[in-house]
Amino acid sequence: MATVAQRNYFDAYNEVLAEGQEHEPVWLRQLREDGWARFSAKGFPTTHDEDWRFTNLAALARTPFRRVAKDEATVSERDIKPYRVAGAACQLVFVNGYFVPELSDAEKLPQGLEVCALRRAIDCGLDECAPGGIEQHLGRYADANRDVFVALNTALWDDGAYVRIRRGAQITRPVHLLYVSAGAGAAIMTHPRTVIIAEEASLCTVVEDYVSVGNEAGFSNAVTELVAGEGAVFSHFLVERENLASFNVSTLRTEQARSANVASHSVLLGGALVRNNVHPVLAGEGAECLINGLFAGEGRQHLDNYMLVEHASPQCNSRQFYNGILADHARGVFHGRIIVHKDAQKTDAKQTNRNLLLSDDARIDTKPQLEIYADDVKCTHGATIGQIEEESLFYLRSRGLSKADARNLLLYAFAAECLNRMHEGAAREMVETLIKNRLHELAQSTAHAAAGGGSNAAEEETQNWEEVG
Amino acid sequence: MALLEIQNLHASVNGHEILKGLDLTVNAGEVHSIMGPNGSGKSTLAAVLARRETYEVTQGRVLFDGKDLLEMDPEEAACEGLFLAFQYPVEIPGISNAYFLRSAMNAVRKYHGEDELDAMDFLPLYKERMKLLEMDEQLMNRSVNEGFSGGEKKRNEILQMAMLEPKLAILDETDSGLDIDALRIVANGVNAMRSPKRGFLVITHYQRLLNYIAPDFVHVLVDGKIARSGGPELALELEAKGYGWAEENEQVLPA
Ligand SMILES: Nc1ncnc2c1ncn2[C@@H]1O[C@H](COP(=O)(O)OP(=O)(O)OP(=O)(O)O)[C@@H](O)[C@H]1O
Ligand SMILES: [Mg+2]
Repeated sequence: MATVAQRNYFDAYNEVLAEGQEHEPVWLRQLREDGWARFSAKGFPTTHDEDWRFTNLAALARTPFRRVAKDEATVSERDIKPYRVAGAACQLVFVNGYFVPELSDAEKLPQGLEVCALRRAIDCGLDECAPGGIEQHLGRYADANRDVFVALNTALWDDGAYVRIRRGAQITRPVHLLYVSAGAGAAIMTHPRTVIIAEEASLCTVVEDYVSVGNEAGFSNAVTELVAGEGAVFSHFLVERENLASFNVSTLRTEQARSANVASHSVLLGGALVRNNVHPVLAGEGAECLINGLFAGEGRQHLDNYMLVEHASPQCNSRQFYNGILADHARGVFHGRIIVHKDAQKTDAKQTNRNLLLSDDARIDTKPQLEIYADDVKCTHGATIGQIEEESLFYLRSRGLSKADARNLLLYAFAAECLNRMHEGAAREMVETLIKNRLHELAQSTAHAAAGGGSNAAEEETQNWEEVG
Repeated sequence: MALLEIQNLHASVNGHEILKGLDLTVNAGEVHSIMGPNGSGKSTLAAVLARRETYEVTQGRVLFDGKDLLEMDPEEAACEGLFLAFQYPVEIPGISNAYFLRSAMNAVRKYHGEDELDAMDFLPLYKERMKLLEMDEQLMNRSVNEGFSGGEKKRNEILQMAMLEPKLAILDETDSGLDIDALRIVANGVNAMRSPKRGFLVITHYQRLLNYIAPDFVHVLVDGKIARSGGPELALELEAKGYGWAEENEQVLPA
């Protein structure tokens, strides 16, 4: 007997198929069918699944999220205004998964940058848009067989963004993709799909920004495929600032060619249950990736970061740095898995996860995993869990700073490690402000909680790699 | 009215009584030196006065400029004009010295209803005071005390004091571990700050600092109490005879 939730997914799938009947190309319909087959066969994972050990999806699976029709929710310029980013090259606004041209601004694009809604890119003739056609990219990298959320997204996506940076183009202002959930009086689901093609020697920054208008619970299940050509330099920002009732699962799958340099910056501040999957494949020799993140939660927020870094070629370099700040009953997960394939000699992989727990009830689970099939590799990892040190707090207060301000400053200093790994520019400024504001809230709301008692030193957790494979 | 008036102060940490009935009066314009053996309670006294919460006052009274100091939080005491130069200054990664100090000064200004200093007002003053303490300007952008040498940390404490211009400055072994140049620099910094409106409590083990900073009074703290008080000559006597002498001849002279 199917639950209401299950029936909703099924209805959504049938609607998507029916709506696309006339214009969707065969390859896309095939992808959808395969995705749906996978999702309906597997369902949502449970905590028995090793990759989901620390994150219970029961509440997500149980909630009957609904796919909404295109114009069911009206979102005005006034609703969007607070989320606009100053200094962006262009802004695409999606409401409940649908592109809204009236709220978007992609008219005057810098030369070498192409940005439009993904559906439009597919409709308008393939070779025109992407080299070899979008079908060469969409669904090629994000693996529906590995991950049911990818499968579900592939079956159900309505729209998303298509970004292409032409060979050698240097785009210094960020592309802002704003994904808005606007609950139309009920829990709604969206499955945004984004394809980014950064061609050879190009440079660009894309910000994927998830927000909610209103307080209703939503479920955003986003998949982004990013292809970085030879020598491309690319920064991807994920900003999760939806309301505290939201479920957000996002997957960034990057494919890096020779010497491509990709940075993924994740800033998780909102959401009730967030799962942030980052999966770079270093496919070309000498490719480099930085996987940088900050997650800050309070109340009962659950912020799960699942990193899977695949070294598939020699001489590649990966750096993972995640900092977590958890207050109240918030819970964080950092799962960092590194796979070094057989030919990936001279791999240099590093992973660091640092955490600040602001209350006795906050919790972090860190799980480093290493799977090595090459012999000449260097992999290191470290994880720490600490508290705000009473001594530091006293030092700041002894100079006149209030307890809340002192806490705020210490939290900010901890978060700044993450900010300092971002290139200067509009995207960094944007997240810097968001982080400041969020930490200010956390510092105020936890100022009366335990100040870390008498224990001073941040404890170093020595945890060994779990060897797999 | 005295600047600081301590009466029968008892304080414990983790249930151990460390201060056992301490009396001390400091008037504006005076420099008092506190000496005493390791573990006698000098830093405890400093921490209690700076209102560190891990130290519990069990008895006694402390008036700071006429107000009940023991009712104040650390930040209130600081804003009222009390400054502690730490025996072990704390490293704060990720916060620059300049940002930290400007935030501190603005917190104090806000407390007194004054306008905030912006970077333009702050920097020239900061640079000038850095010169006084012969500190490299580059240090201002580095994280608070992070990777500083022992001497740099101590100079940074005095620099903060010079910027915050407190009514009462407590220096806890600011001289310990300083080479002769650093000692001279720190002492110059302190001397430049001496004024008829300001009091100092200088905790030290050695006469050598007192050669530069001539104290008006010297007290010997033994086992949580002032065992002996006198003029500058007391420090010399202690240096010659050791603390044992002060303990045996316990007598409290009126300051
Ligand atoms: N947090 C603490 N927990 C337990 N005991 C403490 C604590 N802090 C200080 N003490 C004890 O209190 C006593 C006084 O310490 P305090 O640091 O005040 O001495 P001091 O006179 O400053 O010594 P020194 O000259 O070595 O700096 C010592 O016996 C010390 O071990
Ligand atoms: Mg001491």
